[in-house]
Amino acid sequence: MTAKIVIGLDGTDTGERALAFAKDLASKLDACELLAIYVIEWSPFTFQTAEENEQRHKRREEEIALATTRIVDPAVQALHDTGFNATGLVRHGDVAETLNRLAVENGGTQIIVGRASSDGFAKRIFGSSTQNLVMHADVPVTVVG
Amino acid sequence: MKNIAKTGLLAATTALMASPLAAQDAPGIDERVNEVFANVTGPFVSAIFAPFPGTEFPWIVMWLVIAATIFTLYFGFVQFRYFKHAIQLVKGDYSDPNDAGEVSHFQALATALSGTVGLGNIAGVAVAVGIGGPGATFWMILAGLLGMASKFTECTLGVKYRNEYPDGTVSGGPMYYISKGFKELGIPGGGFLAILFSVFCILGALGGGNMFQANQAHAQISGIVGDYPGWITGIVFAGVVFAVIVGGIKSIANVTEKVVPFMGIMYVGAALIILAVNYDMIGWAFGQIFAGAFTGLGVAGGFVGALIQGFKRAAFSNEAGVGSAAIAHSAVKTKEPITEGFVSLLEPLIDTVVICTMTALVIVISQQLIIDPETGNYVLNEAGNAISTVDGNSGVALTSAAFGSSISWFPYVLALAVVLFAFSTMISWSYYGLKAWTYLFGEGKGSELTFKIIFCVFIVIGAAASLGPVIDFSDAAIFAMAVVNIFCLYFLMKLVKVELFSYASRLQSGEIRKFAH
Repeated sequence: MTAKIVIGLDGTDTGERALAFAKDLASKLDACELLAIYVIEWSPFTFQTAEENEQRHKRREEEIALATTRIVDPAVQALHDTGFNATGLVRHGDVAETLNRLAVENGGTQIIVGRASSDGFAKRIFGSSTQNLVMHADVPVTVVG
Repeated sequence: MKNIAKTGLLAATTALMASPLAAQDAPGIDERVNEVFANVTGPFVSAIFAPFPGTEFPWIVMWLVIAATIFTLYFGFVQFRYFKHAIQLVKGDYSDPNDAGEVSHFQALATALSGTVGLGNIAGVAVAVGIGGPGATFWMILAGLLGMASKFTECTLGVKYRNEYPDGTVSGGPMYYISKGFKELGIPGGGFLAILFSVFCILGALGGGNMFQANQAHAQISGIVGDYPGWITGIVFAGVVFAVIVGGIKSIANVTEKVVPFMGIMYVGAALIILAVNYDMIGWAFGQIFAGAFTGLGVAGGFVGALIQGFKRAAFSNEAGVGSAAIAHSAVKTKEPITEGFVSLLEPLIDTVVICTMTALVIVISQQLIIDPETGNYVLNEAGNAISTVDGNSGVALTSAAFGSSISWFPYVLALAVVLFAFSTMISWSYYGLKAWTYLFGEGKGSELTFKIIFCVFIVIGAAASLGPVIDFSDAAIFAMAVVNIFCLYFLMKLVKVELFSYASRLQSGEIRKFAH
């Protein structure tokens, strides 16, 4: 069976460490695919002005383009350069929920993420995306410190 | 952008320094403006608010209520049959997760609501209950329930006939569905009616969506901190609005958009607490509402008086049939225009049936309206045109006193809520007006900036003076929008029916189904 490792990128050092760990793990497996995902935090239940709504589609395209060129493409390219079979995805949504859903949809066998990249007040109350992912994921999750 | 904002602040400061001089001359200028305005706009205002011969019933109120009734019947009580489906749509049950990041049904609804929830719910209801008695509430709820069908019709069309530009931005609203829909049906005159609607929309935006709000916000602030010149409030408001709509300072709009829903929830929460504390009187209050609805309980004009007030305030508050909401709802991401119609029918429900009813119940339960203990009827004031209240309050002051009788500090929160509601309504209407403006004059930075500056100038005028005729005129302009919009909806409603049948059959066959979330 081909293992498919899903990596949650966040554009910071913790994401990079998750990527490095995934590479290390993949190099020890015979057949392995890597899927690098960047989720743009977004909720359908926010309050916006009419003008923001009007611009929303355009902004979304811009956000996706930016995340693809700045974060996902370089990561996928680096994986390709070291001989891995890798693809990338950028999506909007709740980070934990979306990572899990995309992992399941794409046949991911495990998810690798960095630990919470910030420890602000809100995170203490509501939990970080990593905590939520660990609690609700349908596939095994590895958290890289 | 920053430079524009700086220029704006500079302009505002200059105006601030120059204004004391202007204020000294203000009475004279105000009077002249009043006179000229009254003469020019008088016939228009009288025509819009004209009563049916031999009655005091304004025909425009009947126009809105009859339309709402026709839409309700034509779409087979769509507001009740698809109520549950509307909730599911707002929850996102039918939203494709791959569309995440686009405008959701919830966001479109929340944006539209922030434009309608406002002074109408607080001050307007107090006026209705103060004149028409508790019975007005019954008719207000009925008009709110019927108005749901009007919103459904206009918002479905708003999404169906919106313009989608190559860069991904969208523009929608009655002017677009009138011109495109009439063309599709082969009916002439769509272009003219769309222009007429846009003209009324601009006037409505500058008046009811701007001057009236600024004026009432100033009245509320000066009621708390003491009397001071209105131009100060006007300049501050204009400066902040300018920073948002011209300077593009999103943080202010973002804060408002977050605080306003919180205020709305707090308002309903406070009302529920008052109702809970006085739970033993809820039955009595509803008794008053029902009895008053059919007998009037001694109010001026009897039960017809209650009916007029209820219908009028519901229409003023939820704007169903006016066409403004169709502009706000048209930015949603959906492949099915009718889904936004379903979502929009929740708007009059939240605005009128829930929030307005809460206000009315609190006023009735707090016993601000004086009842004659012998007859059980309400006591009229000296002029005989409204019910006597404990402290002689009316309008927003009556609501304030009603809430204050149970929660002593609530009037301060209410004052803040009024100011924020006024601000968010202004931001919403600046957008509606701008859409009508660009429909007429084309999209472009220069054209848009011209409208935005005019809009800010009108805030100062609105707050500075009690321009009665101007405010009458602006209310009339908003309702003139409804005259054009509803007239056109009668032609276009069959297009909505086609959508409804198609969607209903696909929903039943399972072609349209929920996404696993």
